[in-house]
Amino acid sequence: MNIAFFYALTGIGLFTLGLYALIKHKHLLRKILAINVMGSGVLLVLVALAARTQNTPDPVPHAMVITGIVVAISATALALALMLRLCETSGRAELPDEPME
Amino acid sequence: MLMQNIPWLVMMIVLPLVGAMFCFLFPQRVKLLGLITALVIVVSVTALASQVVEQGALRYAVGGWGAPLGINLYVDGLSLLMLLVTALVGLAISVYSIAYFNQEKSQHFWPLWMLLWTALNALFLSADLFNLYVTLELLGLSAVALVALAGGANALGAAMRYLFVSLLGSLFYLLALALLYHSFATVDIAILAQRIEATPAVWAAMALMTAGLLLKTALFPLHFWLPPAHANAPAPVSALLSALVVKASFYILLRLWLEVFPLPNAALVQFLGLLGSGAVLWGGVQALRQTRLKMLIAYSTVAQLGYLFIAFPLATSMAWKGALYLLISHALAKSSMFLAAGNLQLFGGHDRITHLDRVAQRLPLTLAAFALAGVSIMGLPPSGGFVGKWLLLDAALRTGQWWWAVILILGSLLAAAYIFKVIGHAFTQAEVPHEEGEVSRMMEWVAFVLALAAIVLGLIASWPLALMDIGTPFNSGVAQ
Repeated sequence: MNIAFFYALTGIGLFTLGLYALIKHKHLLRKILAINVMGSGVLLVLVALAARTQNTPDPVPHAMVITGIVVAISATALALALMLRLCETSGRAELPDEPME
Repeated sequence: MLMQNIPWLVMMIVLPLVGAMFCFLFPQRVKLLGLITALVIVVSVTALASQVVEQGALRYAVGGWGAPLGINLYVDGLSLLMLLVTALVGLAISVYSIAYFNQEKSQHFWPLWMLLWTALNALFLSADLFNLYVTLELLGLSAVALVALAGGANALGAAMRYLFVSLLGSLFYLLALALLYHSFATVDIAILAQRIEATPAVWAAMALMTAGLLLKTALFPLHFWLPPAHANAPAPVSALLSALVVKASFYILLRLWLEVFPLPNAALVQFLGLLGSGAVLWGGVQALRQTRLKMLIAYSTVAQLGYLFIAFPLATSMAWKGALYLLISHALAKSSMFLAAGNLQLFGGHDRITHLDRVAQRLPLTLAAFALAGVSIMGLPPSGGFVGKWLLLDAALRTGQWWWAVILILGSLLAAAYIFKVIGHAFTQAEVPHEEGEVSRMMEWVAFVLALAAIVLGLIASWPLALMDIGTPFNSGVAQ
Protein backbone atom coordinates (compact mmCIF):
# COMPACT_ATOMS: atom_id res chain seq x y z
CA MET A 1 0.00 0.00 0.00
CA ASN A 2 1.57 3.25 -1.13
CA ILE A 3 0.78 6.81 -0.07
CA ALA A 4 -1.36 7.62 -3.12
CA PHE A 5 -3.55 4.63 -2.38
CA PHE A 6 -3.91 5.76 1.21
CA TYR A 7 -5.05 9.22 0.06
CA ALA A 8 -7.51 7.68 -2.36
CA LEU A 9 -8.97 5.55 0.42
CA THR A 10 -9.28 8.66 2.59
CA GLY A 11 -11.15 10.29 -0.29
CA ILE A 12 -13.58 7.40 -0.46
CA GLY A 13 -13.99 7.64 3.31
CA LEU A 14 -14.85 11.34 3.06
CA PHE A 15 -17.29 10.58 0.27
CA THR A 16 -19.07 7.98 2.36
CA LEU A 17 -19.09 10.20 5.43
CA GLY A 18 -20.59 13.05 3.41
CA LEU A 19 -23.23 10.76 1.93
CA TYR A 20 -24.22 9.61 5.41
CA ALA A 21 -24.47 13.18 6.65
CA LEU A 22 -26.46 14.26 3.60
CA ILE A 23 -29.07 11.63 4.28
CA LYS A 24 -29.08 11.90 8.07
CA HIS A 25 -29.21 15.64 8.73
CA LYS A 26 -32.29 17.73 8.23
CA HIS A 27 -30.86 21.21 8.42
CA LEU A 28 -30.09 22.50 4.93
CA LEU A 29 -26.78 24.05 5.87
CA ARG A 30 -25.59 20.67 7.12
CA LYS A 31 -26.75 19.07 3.91
CA ILE A 32 -24.86 21.65 1.86
CA LEU A 33 -21.75 21.05 3.96
CA ALA A 34 -22.20 17.30 3.52
CA ILE A 35 -22.30 17.69 -0.25
CA ASN A 36 -19.12 19.73 -0.02
CA VAL A 37 -17.39 17.06 2.03
CA MET A 38 -18.41 14.48 -0.55
CA GLY A 39 -17.05 16.70 -3.30
CA SER A 40 -13.73 17.11 -1.50
CA GLY A 41 -13.56 13.35 -1.14
CA VAL A 42 -13.96 12.83 -4.88
CA LEU A 43 -11.41 15.52 -5.68
CA LEU A 44 -8.98 13.93 -3.24
CA VAL A 45 -9.36 10.62 -5.04
CA LEU A 46 -8.66 12.37 -8.34
CA VAL A 47 -5.54 14.10 -7.01
CA ALA A 48 -4.25 10.95 -5.37
CA LEU A 49 -4.76 8.81 -8.44
CA ALA A 50 -2.79 11.36 -10.46
CA ALA A 51 0.31 9.70 -9.03
CA ARG A 52 0.03 6.92 -11.54
CA THR A 53 3.56 7.27 -12.92
CA GLN A 54 6.81 6.88 -11.02
CA ASN A 55 8.29 10.36 -11.41
CA THR A 56 6.05 13.33 -12.21
CA PRO A 57 2.37 13.20 -11.39
CA ASP A 58 -0.14 13.22 -14.25
CA PRO A 59 -1.35 16.83 -14.77
CA VAL A 60 -4.71 15.96 -16.37
CA PRO A 61 -6.55 15.02 -13.14
CA HIS A 62 -5.25 18.23 -11.58
CA ALA A 63 -6.89 20.20 -14.36
CA MET A 64 -10.07 18.22 -13.69
CA VAL A 65 -9.86 19.02 -9.99
CA ILE A 66 -9.62 22.73 -10.72
CA THR A 67 -12.73 22.50 -12.88
CA GLY A 68 -14.38 20.45 -10.16
CA ILE A 69 -13.64 23.12 -7.57
CA VAL A 70 -15.17 25.78 -9.79
CA VAL A 71 -18.29 23.67 -10.20
CA ALA A 72 -18.46 23.01 -6.45
CA ILE A 73 -18.21 26.72 -5.65
CA SER A 74 -21.00 27.66 -8.06
CA ALA A 75 -23.19 24.86 -6.78
CA THR A 76 -22.58 25.86 -3.15
CA ALA A 77 -23.35 29.49 -3.94
CA LEU A 78 -26.63 28.51 -5.60
CA ALA A 79 -27.52 26.16 -2.76
CA LEU A 80 -26.86 28.84 -0.12
CA ALA A 81 -28.89 31.41 -2.00
CA LEU A 82 -31.76 28.96 -2.33
CA MET A 83 -31.53 28.07 1.35
CA LEU A 84 -31.70 31.72 2.41
CA ARG A 85 -34.69 32.33 0.19
CA LEU A 86 -36.43 29.22 1.45
CA CYS A 87 -35.73 30.30 5.01
CA GLU A 88 -37.28 33.72 4.31
CA THR A 89 -40.41 32.24 2.73
CA SER A 90 -41.10 29.27 4.95
CA GLY A 91 -39.27 30.31 8.10
CA ARG A 92 -37.44 26.99 8.32
CA ALA A 93 -34.08 25.91 6.93
CA GLU A 94 -35.36 22.42 6.29
CA LEU A 95 -36.88 20.64 3.35
CA PRO A 96 -40.66 20.40 3.58
CA ASP A 97 -41.64 16.75 4.09
CA GLU A 98 -44.76 16.78 1.97
CA PRO A 99 -45.52 19.49 -0.55
CA MET A 100 -48.47 21.54 0.55
CA GLU A 101 -51.64 21.60 -1.52
CA MET B 1 -19.92 26.44 -50.28
CA LEU B 2 -19.59 28.85 -47.44
CA MET B 3 -22.30 27.21 -45.34
CA GLN B 4 -20.44 23.94 -45.40
CA ASN B 5 -17.21 25.47 -44.06
CA ILE B 6 -18.70 26.78 -40.88
CA PRO B 7 -18.23 24.34 -38.00
CA TRP B 8 -21.89 24.15 -37.02
CA LEU B 9 -21.05 21.87 -34.10
CA VAL B 10 -19.30 24.74 -32.40
CA MET B 11 -22.01 27.20 -33.38
CA MET B 12 -24.55 25.02 -31.58
CA ILE B 13 -22.76 25.77 -28.32
CA VAL B 14 -21.60 29.32 -29.01
CA LEU B 15 -24.94 30.70 -30.22
CA PRO B 16 -27.06 30.04 -27.12
CA LEU B 17 -24.15 31.08 -24.90
CA VAL B 18 -23.85 34.43 -26.69
CA GLY B 19 -27.64 34.70 -26.57
CA ALA B 20 -27.55 34.15 -22.80
CA MET B 21 -24.95 36.89 -22.36
CA PHE B 22 -26.96 39.34 -24.46
CA CYS B 23 -30.15 38.51 -22.58
CA PHE B 24 -28.28 39.17 -19.37
CA LEU B 25 -26.79 42.46 -20.59
CA PHE B 26 -29.93 43.95 -22.15
CA PRO B 27 -32.80 43.04 -19.82
CA GLN B 28 -35.18 45.49 -21.51
CA ARG B 29 -34.96 43.72 -24.88
CA VAL B 30 -34.80 40.24 -23.44
CA LYS B 31 -37.80 38.74 -25.26
CA LEU B 32 -36.68 39.91 -28.69
CA LEU B 33 -33.08 38.81 -28.13
CA GLY B 34 -34.16 35.41 -26.85
CA LEU B 35 -36.47 34.78 -29.77
CA ILE B 36 -33.80 35.80 -32.29
CA THR B 37 -31.32 33.43 -30.62
CA ALA B 38 -33.85 30.60 -30.70
CA LEU B 39 -34.45 31.14 -34.42
CA VAL B 40 -30.74 31.31 -35.20
CA ILE B 41 -30.19 28.07 -33.28
CA VAL B 42 -32.88 26.37 -35.35
CA VAL B 43 -31.16 27.56 -38.55
CA SER B 44 -27.83 26.32 -37.23
CA VAL B 45 -29.14 22.89 -36.28
CA THR B 46 -30.68 22.54 -39.73
CA ALA B 47 -27.33 23.37 -41.29
CA LEU B 48 -25.62 20.88 -39.00
CA ALA B 49 -28.16 18.24 -39.95
CA SER B 50 -27.56 18.72 -43.66
CA GLN B 51 -23.81 18.56 -43.01
CA VAL B 52 -24.17 15.31 -41.08
CA VAL B 53 -26.54 13.75 -43.62
CA GLU B 54 -24.02 14.56 -46.36
CA GLN B 55 -20.76 13.68 -44.63
CA GLY B 56 -21.75 11.21 -41.95
CA ALA B 57 -20.71 11.46 -38.29
CA LEU B 58 -18.45 14.44 -37.59
CA ARG B 59 -15.66 14.93 -35.11
CA TYR B 60 -14.28 18.35 -34.31
CA ALA B 61 -11.18 19.11 -32.27
CA VAL B 62 -11.78 22.39 -30.44
CA GLY B 63 -8.91 24.81 -30.97
CA GLY B 64 -7.07 22.25 -33.07
CA TRP B 65 -6.13 20.20 -29.98
CA GLY B 66 -7.18 16.62 -30.47
CA ALA B 67 -7.89 14.00 -27.84
CA PRO B 68 -6.48 12.92 -25.44
CA LEU B 69 -5.27 16.39 -24.44
CA GLY B 70 -7.84 18.65 -26.08
CA ILE B 71 -11.60 18.62 -26.20
CA ASN B 72 -13.37 16.81 -29.00
CA LEU B 73 -16.90 17.41 -30.18
CA TYR B 74 -18.67 14.58 -31.88
CA VAL B 75 -22.00 14.32 -33.63
CA ASP B 76 -23.66 11.19 -35.01
CA GLY B 77 -27.25 10.23 -35.69
CA LEU B 78 -28.06 9.84 -31.99
CA SER B 79 -26.74 13.22 -30.94
CA LEU B 80 -28.12 14.91 -34.04
CA LEU B 81 -31.63 13.73 -33.24
CA MET B 82 -31.29 14.95 -29.66
CA LEU B 83 -30.11 18.35 -30.94
CA LEU B 84 -32.98 18.51 -33.43
CA VAL B 85 -35.65 17.70 -30.89
CA THR B 86 -34.08 20.15 -28.42
CA ALA B 87 -34.18 22.88 -31.06
CA LEU B 88 -37.78 22.14 -31.99
CA VAL B 89 -39.09 21.98 -28.44
CA GLY B 90 -36.83 24.87 -27.48
CA LEU B 91 -38.21 27.13 -30.17
CA ALA B 92 -41.79 26.28 -29.25
CA ILE B 93 -41.18 26.94 -25.57
CA SER B 94 -39.42 30.18 -26.41
CA VAL B 95 -42.44 31.43 -28.32
CA TYR B 96 -44.73 30.31 -25.50
CA SER B 97 -42.63 32.04 -22.83
CA ILE B 98 -42.89 35.39 -24.58
CA ALA B 99 -46.59 35.40 -23.84
CA TYR B 100 -46.38 33.54 -20.52
CA PHE B 101 -43.87 35.57 -18.50
CA ASN B 102 -44.21 39.25 -17.67
CA GLN B 103 -41.23 41.52 -18.22
CA GLU B 104 -39.82 41.04 -14.73
CA LYS B 105 -39.91 37.24 -14.82
CA SER B 106 -38.62 37.28 -18.40
CA GLN B 107 -35.45 39.00 -17.30
CA HIS B 108 -34.68 36.03 -15.09
CA PHE B 109 -36.06 33.35 -17.35
CA TRP B 110 -34.32 34.08 -20.63
CA PRO B 111 -30.64 34.14 -19.56
CA LEU B 112 -31.18 30.93 -17.57
CA TRP B 113 -33.05 29.23 -20.38
CA MET B 114 -30.34 30.15 -22.88
CA LEU B 115 -27.69 28.77 -20.51
CA LEU B 116 -29.75 25.61 -20.14
CA TRP B 117 -29.92 25.32 -23.93
CA THR B 118 -26.14 25.83 -24.14
CA ALA B 119 -25.61 23.05 -21.61
CA LEU B 120 -27.98 20.70 -23.45
CA ASN B 121 -26.33 21.26 -26.82
CA ALA B 122 -22.84 20.95 -25.37
CA LEU B 123 -23.86 17.76 -23.58
CA PHE B 124 -25.17 16.12 -26.74
CA LEU B 125 -21.98 17.07 -28.60
CA SER B 126 -19.44 16.04 -25.96
CA ALA B 127 -17.12 13.22 -26.85
CA ASP B 128 -15.45 12.73 -23.49
CA LEU B 129 -16.65 11.80 -20.05
CA PHE B 130 -15.28 14.82 -18.28
CA ASN B 131 -16.95 17.25 -20.64
CA LEU B 132 -20.14 15.35 -20.06
CA TYR B 133 -19.67 15.88 -16.32
CA VAL B 134 -19.21 19.63 -16.73
CA THR B 135 -22.20 20.00 -19.04
CA LEU B 136 -24.30 17.85 -16.72
CA GLU B 137 -23.51 20.21 -13.84
CA LEU B 138 -24.25 23.29 -15.96
CA LEU B 139 -27.53 21.71 -16.92
CA GLY B 140 -28.40 20.85 -13.33
CA LEU B 141 -27.58 24.29 -11.96
CA SER B 142 -29.55 26.19 -14.60
CA ALA B 143 -32.48 23.79 -14.28
CA VAL B 144 -32.59 24.26 -10.49
CA ALA B 145 -32.52 28.03 -10.87
CA LEU B 146 -35.40 27.81 -13.35
CA VAL B 147 -37.51 25.74 -10.95
CA ALA B 148 -36.92 28.32 -8.23
CA LEU B 149 -38.22 30.99 -10.61
CA ALA B 150 -41.80 30.19 -9.61
CA GLY B 151 -41.10 31.50 -6.09
CA GLY B 152 -43.10 30.37 -3.09
CA ALA B 153 -42.17 27.77 -0.49
CA ASN B 154 -43.24 24.75 -2.56
CA ALA B 155 -41.19 25.68 -5.61
CA LEU B 156 -38.16 26.64 -3.52
CA GLY B 157 -38.32 23.40 -1.56
CA ALA B 158 -38.63 21.41 -4.76
CA ALA B 159 -35.71 23.32 -6.29
CA MET B 160 -33.57 22.66 -3.21
CA ARG B 161 -34.32 18.95 -3.28
CA TYR B 162 -33.65 18.88 -7.00
CA LEU B 163 -30.30 20.60 -6.43
CA PHE B 164 -29.21 18.01 -3.84
CA VAL B 165 -30.23 15.14 -6.08
CA SER B 166 -28.52 16.68 -9.05
CA LEU B 167 -25.27 17.26 -7.16
CA LEU B 168 -25.34 13.82 -5.60
CA GLY B 169 -25.77 12.20 -9.00
CA SER B 170 -22.91 14.23 -10.44
CA LEU B 171 -20.60 13.30 -7.58
CA PHE B 172 -21.23 9.59 -8.14
CA TYR B 173 -20.46 10.16 -11.78
CA LEU B 174 -17.27 12.08 -11.01
CA LEU B 175 -16.02 9.41 -8.62
CA ALA B 176 -16.55 6.80 -11.31
CA LEU B 177 -14.74 9.00 -13.77
CA ALA B 178 -11.73 9.15 -11.43
CA LEU B 179 -11.63 5.35 -11.31
CA LEU B 180 -11.86 5.07 -15.08
CA TYR B 181 -9.17 7.66 -15.64
CA HIS B 182 -6.90 5.91 -13.22
CA SER B 183 -7.31 2.60 -15.04
CA PHE B 184 -7.11 3.75 -18.64
CA ALA B 185 -5.51 7.24 -18.61
CA THR B 186 -8.20 8.72 -20.82
CA VAL B 187 -11.72 10.08 -20.62
CA ASP B 188 -12.31 10.19 -24.36
CA ILE B 189 -15.24 7.87 -25.12
CA ALA B 190 -13.79 6.48 -28.35
CA ILE B 191 -10.36 5.73 -26.86
CA LEU B 192 -11.90 4.39 -23.67
CA ALA B 193 -14.06 2.03 -25.72
CA GLN B 194 -10.91 0.44 -27.16
CA ARG B 195 -9.07 0.10 -23.87
CA ILE B 196 -11.90 -1.03 -21.61
CA GLU B 197 -11.48 -4.32 -19.76
CA ALA B 198 -13.57 -6.11 -17.21
CA THR B 199 -11.63 -5.22 -14.06
CA PRO B 200 -13.11 -4.63 -10.62
CA ALA B 201 -12.42 -0.90 -10.97
CA VAL B 202 -14.47 -0.82 -14.18
CA TRP B 203 -17.34 -2.66 -12.52
CA ALA B 204 -17.28 -0.20 -9.65
CA ALA B 205 -17.17 2.72 -12.07
CA MET B 206 -20.02 1.28 -14.08
CA ALA B 207 -22.16 0.80 -11.00
CA LEU B 208 -21.42 4.31 -9.69
CA MET B 209 -22.05 6.03 -13.01
CA THR B 210 -25.23 4.10 -13.63
CA ALA B 211 -26.52 4.84 -10.13
CA GLY B 212 -25.72 8.54 -10.43
CA LEU B 213 -27.36 8.86 -13.82
CA LEU B 214 -30.41 6.83 -12.81
CA LEU B 215 -30.89 9.25 -9.94
CA LYS B 216 -30.75 12.16 -12.37
CA THR B 217 -33.02 10.42 -14.88
CA ALA B 218 -35.48 9.77 -12.03
CA LEU B 219 -35.88 6.09 -12.70
CA PHE B 220 -38.18 4.37 -10.20
CA PRO B 221 -37.53 4.14 -7.23
CA LEU B 222 -35.22 7.15 -7.50
CA HIS B 223 -37.97 9.35 -8.90
CA PHE B 224 -39.10 10.95 -5.62
CA TRP B 225 -37.70 14.37 -6.49
CA LEU B 226 -39.16 14.64 -9.98
CA PRO B 227 -42.90 15.22 -9.48
CA PRO B 228 -42.58 18.14 -7.04
CA ALA B 229 -39.81 19.80 -9.08
CA HIS B 230 -41.63 19.44 -12.39
CA ALA B 231 -45.06 20.28 -11.05
CA ASN B 232 -44.12 23.37 -9.05
CA ALA B 233 -42.06 25.06 -11.75
CA PRO B 234 -43.64 27.60 -14.11
CA ALA B 235 -45.33 25.86 -17.08
CA PRO B 236 -42.65 26.51 -19.73
CA VAL B 237 -39.99 25.33 -17.27
CA SER B 238 -41.93 22.15 -16.43
CA ALA B 239 -42.12 21.50 -20.15
CA LEU B 240 -38.38 21.99 -20.53
CA LEU B 241 -37.53 19.76 -17.59
CA SER B 242 -39.80 16.89 -18.57
CA ALA B 243 -39.14 17.09 -22.29
CA LEU B 244 -35.42 17.70 -22.39
CA VAL B 245 -33.52 17.85 -19.10
CA VAL B 246 -34.23 14.33 -17.80
CA LYS B 247 -33.49 12.99 -21.28
CA ALA B 248 -29.99 14.45 -21.14
CA SER B 249 -28.87 12.15 -18.35
CA PHE B 250 -30.57 9.24 -20.09
CA TYR B 251 -28.60 10.14 -23.21
CA ILE B 252 -25.32 9.89 -21.28
CA LEU B 253 -26.37 6.56 -19.84
CA LEU B 254 -27.21 5.30 -23.30
CA ARG B 255 -23.86 6.43 -24.70
CA LEU B 256 -22.00 4.80 -21.83
CA TRP B 257 -23.81 1.50 -22.15
CA LEU B 258 -23.52 1.42 -25.91
CA GLU B 259 -19.91 2.45 -26.23
CA VAL B 260 -17.95 2.44 -23.00
CA PHE B 261 -19.33 -0.52 -21.06
CA PRO B 262 -20.15 -3.16 -23.65
CA LEU B 263 -19.75 -5.85 -21.03
CA PRO B 264 -22.44 -8.48 -21.23
CA ASN B 265 -24.16 -8.86 -17.91
CA ALA B 266 -27.57 -10.48 -18.09
CA ALA B 267 -28.51 -9.89 -14.46
CA LEU B 268 -27.79 -6.18 -14.53
CA VAL B 269 -29.74 -5.41 -17.71
CA GLN B 270 -32.70 -7.47 -16.48
CA PHE B 271 -32.54 -5.43 -13.28
CA LEU B 272 -32.69 -2.18 -15.24
CA GLY B 273 -35.62 -3.52 -17.23
CA LEU B 274 -37.31 -4.46 -13.98
CA LEU B 275 -36.86 -0.97 -12.56
CA GLY B 276 -38.20 0.42 -15.83
CA SER B 277 -41.29 -1.77 -15.52
CA GLY B 278 -41.70 -0.64 -11.94
CA ALA B 279 -41.60 2.96 -13.14
CA VAL B 280 -44.20 2.30 -15.84
CA LEU B 281 -46.63 0.74 -13.38
CA TRP B 282 -45.96 2.86 -10.31
CA GLY B 283 -45.85 6.11 -12.32
CA GLY B 284 -49.11 5.19 -14.03
CA VAL B 285 -50.89 4.33 -10.80
CA GLN B 286 -49.60 7.45 -9.04
CA ALA B 287 -50.65 9.60 -12.00
CA LEU B 288 -54.16 8.20 -11.68
CA ARG B 289 -54.27 9.09 -7.99
CA GLN B 290 -53.24 12.74 -8.40
CA THR B 291 -55.70 15.55 -7.89
CA ARG B 292 -53.58 18.25 -9.50
CA LEU B 293 -53.10 18.28 -13.26
CA LYS B 294 -49.42 19.16 -13.24
CA MET B 295 -48.66 16.45 -10.69
CA LEU B 296 -50.48 13.97 -12.91
CA ILE B 297 -48.40 14.99 -15.91
CA ALA B 298 -45.22 14.81 -13.84
CA TYR B 299 -46.01 11.25 -12.69
CA SER B 300 -46.76 10.40 -16.29
CA THR B 301 -43.18 11.46 -17.03
CA VAL B 302 -41.95 9.02 -14.38
CA ALA B 303 -43.91 6.26 -16.14
CA GLN B 304 -42.76 7.22 -19.61
CA LEU B 305 -39.12 7.27 -18.53
CA GLY B 306 -39.57 3.67 -17.45
CA TYR B 307 -40.22 2.57 -21.03
CA LEU B 308 -36.79 3.78 -22.06
CA PHE B 309 -35.19 1.30 -19.69
CA ILE B 310 -37.06 -1.66 -21.11
CA ALA B 311 -34.72 -1.35 -24.09
CA PHE B 312 -31.76 -2.41 -21.91
CA PRO B 313 -32.66 -6.10 -21.49
CA LEU B 314 -33.74 -6.32 -25.13
CA ALA B 315 -30.59 -4.60 -26.37
CA THR B 316 -31.14 -5.12 -30.05
CA SER B 317 -30.57 -2.28 -32.47
CA MET B 318 -34.35 -2.19 -33.01
CA ALA B 319 -35.04 -1.84 -29.29
CA TRP B 320 -32.60 1.06 -28.91
CA LYS B 321 -34.21 2.81 -31.83
CA GLY B 322 -37.62 2.21 -30.31
CA ALA B 323 -36.49 3.74 -27.02
CA LEU B 324 -35.01 6.72 -28.79
CA TYR B 325 -38.18 7.16 -30.82
CA LEU B 326 -40.22 7.02 -27.66
CA LEU B 327 -37.90 9.57 -26.08
CA ILE B 328 -38.35 12.01 -28.95
CA SER B 329 -42.11 11.68 -29.17
CA HIS B 330 -42.39 11.93 -25.40
CA ALA B 331 -40.37 15.16 -25.54
CA LEU B 332 -42.85 16.64 -28.00
CA ALA B 333 -46.00 15.28 -26.39
CA LYS B 334 -45.02 16.04 -22.80
CA SER B 335 -43.93 19.59 -23.52
CA SER B 336 -47.28 20.10 -25.24
CA MET B 337 -49.09 18.68 -22.22
CA PHE B 338 -47.31 20.89 -19.73
CA LEU B 339 -47.93 23.95 -21.88
CA ALA B 340 -51.60 22.99 -22.19
CA ALA B 341 -51.69 22.57 -18.40
CA GLY B 342 -50.13 26.02 -18.10
CA ASN B 343 -52.96 27.42 -20.23
CA LEU B 344 -55.57 25.68 -18.12
CA GLN B 345 -53.96 26.98 -14.96
CA LEU B 346 -53.96 30.55 -16.26
CA PHE B 347 -57.53 30.14 -17.42
CA GLY B 348 -58.95 28.74 -14.22
CA GLY B 349 -56.42 30.08 -11.73
CA HIS B 350 -55.80 26.54 -10.41
CA ASP B 351 -54.90 23.12 -11.74
CA ARG B 352 -57.20 20.82 -9.76
CA ILE B 353 -58.46 18.22 -12.18
CA THR B 354 -61.97 17.87 -10.77
CA HIS B 355 -62.48 21.64 -10.96
CA LEU B 356 -61.84 21.88 -14.67
CA ASP B 357 -64.98 23.70 -15.72
CA ARG B 358 -66.15 22.94 -19.28
CA VAL B 359 -62.76 23.86 -20.71
CA ALA B 360 -63.50 21.72 -23.73
CA GLN B 361 -65.95 24.34 -24.90
CA ARG B 362 -64.09 27.34 -23.60
CA LEU B 363 -60.50 26.48 -24.57
CA PRO B 364 -60.99 23.94 -27.36
CA LEU B 365 -57.54 24.34 -28.88
CA THR B 366 -55.76 23.73 -25.59
CA LEU B 367 -57.84 20.68 -24.85
CA ALA B 368 -57.24 19.39 -28.38
CA ALA B 369 -53.52 19.79 -27.76
CA PHE B 370 -53.80 17.86 -24.51
CA ALA B 371 -55.79 15.08 -26.14
CA LEU B 372 -53.51 14.75 -29.15
CA ALA B 373 -50.46 14.69 -26.90
CA GLY B 374 -52.32 12.07 -24.89
CA VAL B 375 -52.66 9.93 -28.01
CA SER B 376 -48.89 9.85 -28.33
CA ILE B 377 -48.37 9.22 -24.61
CA MET B 378 -50.80 6.29 -24.73
CA GLY B 379 -49.01 5.03 -27.82
CA LEU B 380 -52.01 4.88 -30.13
CA PRO B 381 -51.43 4.90 -33.87
CA PRO B 382 -50.51 6.96 -35.85
CA SER B 383 -48.47 8.86 -33.25
CA GLY B 384 -44.73 8.91 -32.60
CA GLY B 385 -45.34 7.16 -29.31
CA PHE B 386 -46.94 4.28 -31.21
CA VAL B 387 -43.89 3.79 -33.44
CA GLY B 388 -41.58 3.74 -30.44
CA LYS B 389 -43.73 1.25 -28.54
CA TRP B 390 -44.20 -0.87 -31.64
CA LEU B 391 -40.44 -1.17 -32.12
CA LEU B 392 -40.02 -2.10 -28.45
CA LEU B 393 -42.87 -4.64 -28.63
CA ASP B 394 -41.40 -6.13 -31.76
CA ALA B 395 -37.97 -6.42 -30.15
CA ALA B 396 -39.49 -7.98 -27.02
CA LEU B 397 -41.27 -10.68 -29.02
CA ARG B 398 -38.32 -11.34 -31.32
CA THR B 399 -35.93 -11.86 -28.42
CA GLY B 400 -38.52 -14.10 -26.77
CA GLN B 401 -38.91 -11.85 -23.72
CA TRP B 402 -42.67 -11.51 -23.93
CA TRP B 403 -43.05 -10.27 -20.34
CA TRP B 404 -41.75 -6.83 -21.34
CA ALA B 405 -44.50 -6.68 -23.96
CA VAL B 406 -47.06 -7.19 -21.18
CA ILE B 407 -45.60 -4.22 -19.29
CA LEU B 408 -45.74 -2.06 -22.40
CA ILE B 409 -49.41 -2.82 -22.88
CA LEU B 410 -50.29 -2.36 -19.19
CA GLY B 411 -48.48 0.97 -19.26
CA SER B 412 -50.55 2.09 -22.23
CA LEU B 413 -53.77 1.13 -20.45
CA LEU B 414 -52.78 3.10 -17.36
CA ALA B 415 -51.87 6.07 -19.56
CA ALA B 416 -55.25 5.88 -21.25
CA ALA B 417 -56.94 5.83 -17.84
CA TYR B 418 -55.23 8.94 -16.50
CA ILE B 419 -55.57 10.90 -19.72
CA PHE B 420 -59.27 10.16 -20.09
CA LYS B 421 -59.75 11.11 -16.45
CA VAL B 422 -58.58 14.63 -17.30
CA ILE B 423 -60.48 14.84 -20.57
CA GLY B 424 -63.67 13.66 -18.89
CA HIS B 425 -63.54 16.44 -16.32
CA ALA B 426 -62.78 18.94 -19.07
CA PHE B 427 -66.14 18.30 -20.73
CA THR B 428 -68.32 18.50 -17.66
CA GLN B 429 -69.35 21.41 -15.55
CA ALA B 430 -67.48 21.70 -12.27
CA GLU B 431 -69.27 22.26 -8.99
CA VAL B 432 -67.32 25.42 -8.36
CA PRO B 433 -67.43 27.68 -11.41
CA HIS B 434 -64.55 30.09 -11.76
CA GLU B 435 -63.57 33.32 -13.44
CA GLU B 436 -62.04 33.07 -16.87
CA GLY B 437 -58.39 34.07 -16.97
CA GLU B 438 -56.72 35.53 -20.02
CA VAL B 439 -54.97 32.97 -22.24
CA SER B 440 -53.30 34.29 -25.37
CA ARG B 441 -53.99 32.54 -28.68
CA MET B 442 -50.27 32.17 -29.24
CA MET B 443 -49.93 29.98 -26.14
CA GLU B 444 -52.80 27.78 -27.27
CA TRP B 445 -51.33 27.35 -30.72
CA VAL B 446 -47.85 26.49 -29.46
CA ALA B 447 -49.21 23.65 -27.33
CA PHE B 448 -51.28 22.45 -30.26
CA VAL B 449 -48.42 22.53 -32.77
CA LEU B 450 -46.20 20.51 -30.42
CA ALA B 451 -48.91 17.89 -29.98
CA LEU B 452 -49.42 17.79 -33.72
CA ALA B 453 -45.68 17.28 -34.18
CA ALA B 454 -45.85 14.26 -31.85
CA ILE B 455 -48.56 12.78 -34.06
CA VAL B 456 -46.80 13.64 -37.33
CA LEU B 457 -43.70 11.91 -35.99
CA GLY B 458 -45.63 8.68 -36.34
CA LEU B 459 -46.34 9.33 -40.00
CA ILE B 460 -42.79 10.16 -41.10
CA ALA B 461 -41.08 7.42 -39.12
CA SER B 462 -38.67 6.35 -41.86
CA TRP B 463 -36.82 9.65 -41.85
CA PRO B 464 -35.85 9.82 -38.14
CA LEU B 465 -35.10 6.10 -38.18
CA ALA B 466 -32.69 6.61 -41.09
CA LEU B 467 -31.06 9.50 -39.23
CA MET B 468 -30.43 7.23 -36.25
CA ASP B 469 -28.20 5.05 -38.37
CA ILE B 470 -25.68 7.77 -39.14
CA GLY B 471 -22.44 6.82 -37.45
CA THR B 472 -24.10 3.53 -36.37
CA PRO B 473 -24.40 4.39 -32.68
CA PHE B 474 -26.57 1.32 -32.02
CA ASN B 475 -24.62 -1.39 -33.73
CA SER B 476 -21.97 -1.72 -31.09
CA GLY B 477 -22.79 -2.49 -27.54
CA VAL B 478 -24.58 -4.96 -25.41
CA ALA B 479 -26.04 -6.87 -28.32
CA GLN B 480 -22.71 -8.38 -29.24
